[in-house]
Amino acid sequence: MHPDELNALQRGGADDPEDLETLGSDAFRVLGHRNRKPEGMRKGTGREIYTDDLALPGMLHAKLLRSPHPHARIVSLDAQHTTQMPGVHEVITGADMPTPYGIIPWTRDEHALALDRVRYIGDALACVAAIDEDTASAAIESIDVEYDILPFYLEPEQALTDEAAAVPIHDPKRAGRNGNITKKVELEFGPVDDLMKASDVIVEGDYYFHGTTHAPIEPHCAIGNVDADGLLTVWSSTQVPHYLQRELARVLELDVARVRVVQPAVGGAFGGKSEPFDLEFCVALLALRTGRPVKLLYTREELFYSHRGRHPMNMWYRVGASRDGKLRAVDARSLLDGGAYASFGLVTTYYSGQLLTAPYELESYRFDSTRVYTNKPPCGPKRGHGSVQPRFAFEVSLDKVAAELEMDPIELRRRNFMGTGRTVNEFRVQSNGFLECLDAVERASEWKSKHGKLPYGRGVGVAGSCYISGTNYPIYPNEMPQAAVQVQIERSGRVSVLHGASEIGQGSDATMAAIAAEELGVPLGYVRVLSADTDLVPVDLGAYSSRETLMVGNACVHACRQVADRVRESVAGALRIPADRVRLAGGWAFDTDAPSDGDRRLPIAAAFQLAEAQHGTLGALGHYNTPKDGVHGEYRGGTIGASPAYSFTAHVAEVEVDSETGFVEVKTIWVAHDCGRALNPMLVEGQMEGSAYMGFAEAIMEQQIMKRGDPEAGLHDAPSLLDYRIPTSLDCPEFVALIVEAADPEGPYGAKEAGEGPLHPSLPAIANAIWDAVGVRMDSLPFTPDRVWRALRGHEAHGSGN
Amino acid sequence: MREIIRLTVNGDAVETGVPTHYTLLETLRYILGLTGSKQGCDKGDCGACTVLLNGEAVLSCLMPVQEAASGSVVTVEGLAAGPRPSALQEAFDLTGAAQCGFCTPGILCSATQLLAEDPDPDRAEIASALSGNLCRCTGYTKIFEAVELAAEATRSGLAPADVLVARRGVDDQA
Repeated sequence: MHPDELNALQRGGADDPEDLETLGSDAFRVLGHRNRKPEGMRKGTGREIYTDDLALPGMLHAKLLRSPHPHARIVSLDAQHTTQMPGVHEVITGADMPTPYGIIPWTRDEHALALDRVRYIGDALACVAAIDEDTASAAIESIDVEYDILPFYLEPEQALTDEAAAVPIHDPKRAGRNGNITKKVELEFGPVDDLMKASDVIVEGDYYFHGTTHAPIEPHCAIGNVDADGLLTVWSSTQVPHYLQRELARVLELDVARVRVVQPAVGGAFGGKSEPFDLEFCVALLALRTGRPVKLLYTREELFYSHRGRHPMNMWYRVGASRDGKLRAVDARSLLDGGAYASFGLVTTYYSGQLLTAPYELESYRFDSTRVYTNKPPCGPKRGHGSVQPRFAFEVSLDKVAAELEMDPIELRRRNFMGTGRTVNEFRVQSNGFLECLDAVERASEWKSKHGKLPYGRGVGVAGSCYISGTNYPIYPNEMPQAAVQVQIERSGRVSVLHGASEIGQGSDATMAAIAAEELGVPLGYVRVLSADTDLVPVDLGAYSSRETLMVGNACVHACRQVADRVRESVAGALRIPADRVRLAGGWAFDTDAPSDGDRRLPIAAAFQLAEAQHGTLGALGHYNTPKDGVHGEYRGGTIGASPAYSFTAHVAEVEVDSETGFVEVKTIWVAHDCGRALNPMLVEGQMEGSAYMGFAEAIMEQQIMKRGDPEAGLHDAPSLLDYRIPTSLDCPEFVALIVEAADPEGPYGAKEAGEGPLHPSLPAIANAIWDAVGVRMDSLPFTPDRVWRALRGHEAHGSGN
Repeated sequence: MREIIRLTVNGDAVETGVPTHYTLLETLRYILGLTGSKQGCDKGDCGACTVLLNGEAVLSCLMPVQEAASGSVVTVEGLAAGPRPSALQEAFDLTGAAQCGFCTPGILCSATQLLAEDPDPDRAEIASALSGNLCRCTGYTKIFEAVELAAEATRSGLAPADVLVARRGVDDQA
């Protein structure tokens, strides 16, 4: 390059290059900082667009007809009168979409609209598109349905009886089986019975988790539209655009290449929007039938019925330990109340056992989990999928073991720390910051001066947990990458990051922007992010199982480094230095040997132009696929629960129990979480605080309950945000987030998940704190005043610690 | 059936035909295209629809639009002074107080009223003022921090970002 040309490039460029003094340091300039989110100001000024904020010209509005019966055969459905009503454009029923669907390919047991049978109060069986919402609401009332009422089962134990098997909720896959059983999993690792016998202490107990729902503040909403070329677009408040696109095409029998799913901003999801729902199929078909855009927005009440929340679980746990506190045998049996459809239930059944085997070293472990259909809204994945309930039972069991041994419960956990290596069920753990988590909460909570030492009514409790950073294997078996990112460089210095991750408030857009800014050396404000549009961005499987930071993050690093290598090479040529001496950072490309030398650096935009002239337009596709060798167990089911990397959490909760009223006030929850590496500590803290909040809420107040007595049996007990109580700003304890960073070789810069793991210990830590406060064991959730009051009265009558 | 409604929205006099049964929220979202105010429950439980009517935070999903007629309504879209965000909006962004952001417009309106009436609220007062606004993402921690930051910035006449810089300076010296 001619010296004058280089000189000209050096004079132009970035309008906001950073101070040159620190350019030479290797420290992150973007990652690890408390950066604003790219969409933050849109959210703060009312300009962010959520699905219901969209309105298309000529848009119709749809409403669903839902079953008033918990279990019934549809004898006849007459909508002839309805179609004639003024303002009504179309009525569709189950017969219009007879192909069954389900998020798990092996358990497709749902229809977009019920075909011949309804299985819970709220099961949708018809949908009307009309000129406006009021007309659609009136129209569904006019549909005549004749039902043949069937026996219904609201308790899982009831669904397991021979009488229930005679009229099952779903036909059995094989003759002679009870169709009410979704899945049964029995796995044993090591000689449980022998080691249990050899244990010095055995603790046994029954535990109960009651069922809770996600309750995002944004109700589900979808819009279908068919453009002039016949291309179907569905905008939806989903967290899995890719799976939705596939299922829409399958059920509607369309070429998947002619179906586009766009995910606008999502107002909270928590797992409650991670599979296709009736409304998405309905707006799609109604748009195809009417030629008009069609919107369907759930009412708040409908959210409580569409549900897919955390399974109620009856759990039995027996834990054996040696005198020095080492865990020898864990034996678990769980009955999962699945509701009317499978949803993710096959996975949930595995997760209820498979995700329990870290952070501790278990010498032997057995679990036996059965998921059963009941005539209630379907359960599915909620933040901490499948593992929050068993974690509660197990961590309370550990507290009982510690009490039996008169050992500090933190010390007991330390003694059983597994470190890295293999879990008893053969999952590979390559990083483990659990000990640091225990240290952090012990110190911050002043545990040593509190545990067992606070006055009656006040107490502290501890619990730990482990969670996955994404599932190692996708929902439908394939060898393709799980995530991909496209990075494009504009010659102004602007960087576009196109990725498929679903931004649902957790910060995936912010994370990808920060990675691109760090890798390419541009100011964060130069990065634009476009995500979750199946037509425009590369594939990602969605925001579930805490996979986005690790998987899409790795794909983003992969894409950026390909571009950065080209830029470095070009700059190195111009400066006549080796490429490994060129660094891109802070708005500059510079010689690391002389960062403040004006002759040996270029504004980053000039560096991009240089590279573009040499290599052609700058851009790259990056991808990430999970490691397949040595990460999972070599047995049937051994891949379910396997993850590229595992996060670890410890909580200490401090409570005050009013022994007169049974009211439990949680004062503080200290949350220490090993997220591998905090790419944005502000966002990581937000995930930790929000997780601990949600666990606290499930421990203290939330309950998804169906009425039992006739004539309302199967109706939701409290389908509103007033009666289904979620914590207000006045109800919450103080949450203290303590970040621990045990970098994992599989994560981008070592990062692991932070969005779900920190929920788990809230429930058992609070239960254990109640025991420390008033000496009663709360083995059934939630810890509402009436339950705690009864436990206290029972304790007075019989007097017993454990 | 529609009727003509006159009201002031974010400083603009508005005159428009509205179905007689419409709430203030429906009028804002579906007639005026101001979709910043959210519908989370449509029955006054969640607070996502909170707007300011004559300076007071109200649930727009419960208010028939006639009740707001001739009043002055400020929505989240009207909280900024032209292109400049309010101290609260800036503080929410700086502290990560908005995760999914769906409750944020309503919370900003409630907090705006609080700070107008009490420039130096303590945490209990903030929690009390926001108790009608449900947030499902944050556990409220960062929201409290944001309101405190905005209050401090307003009192000291600094931008919220500068308050954070000043705080860091104090930390460094300590």
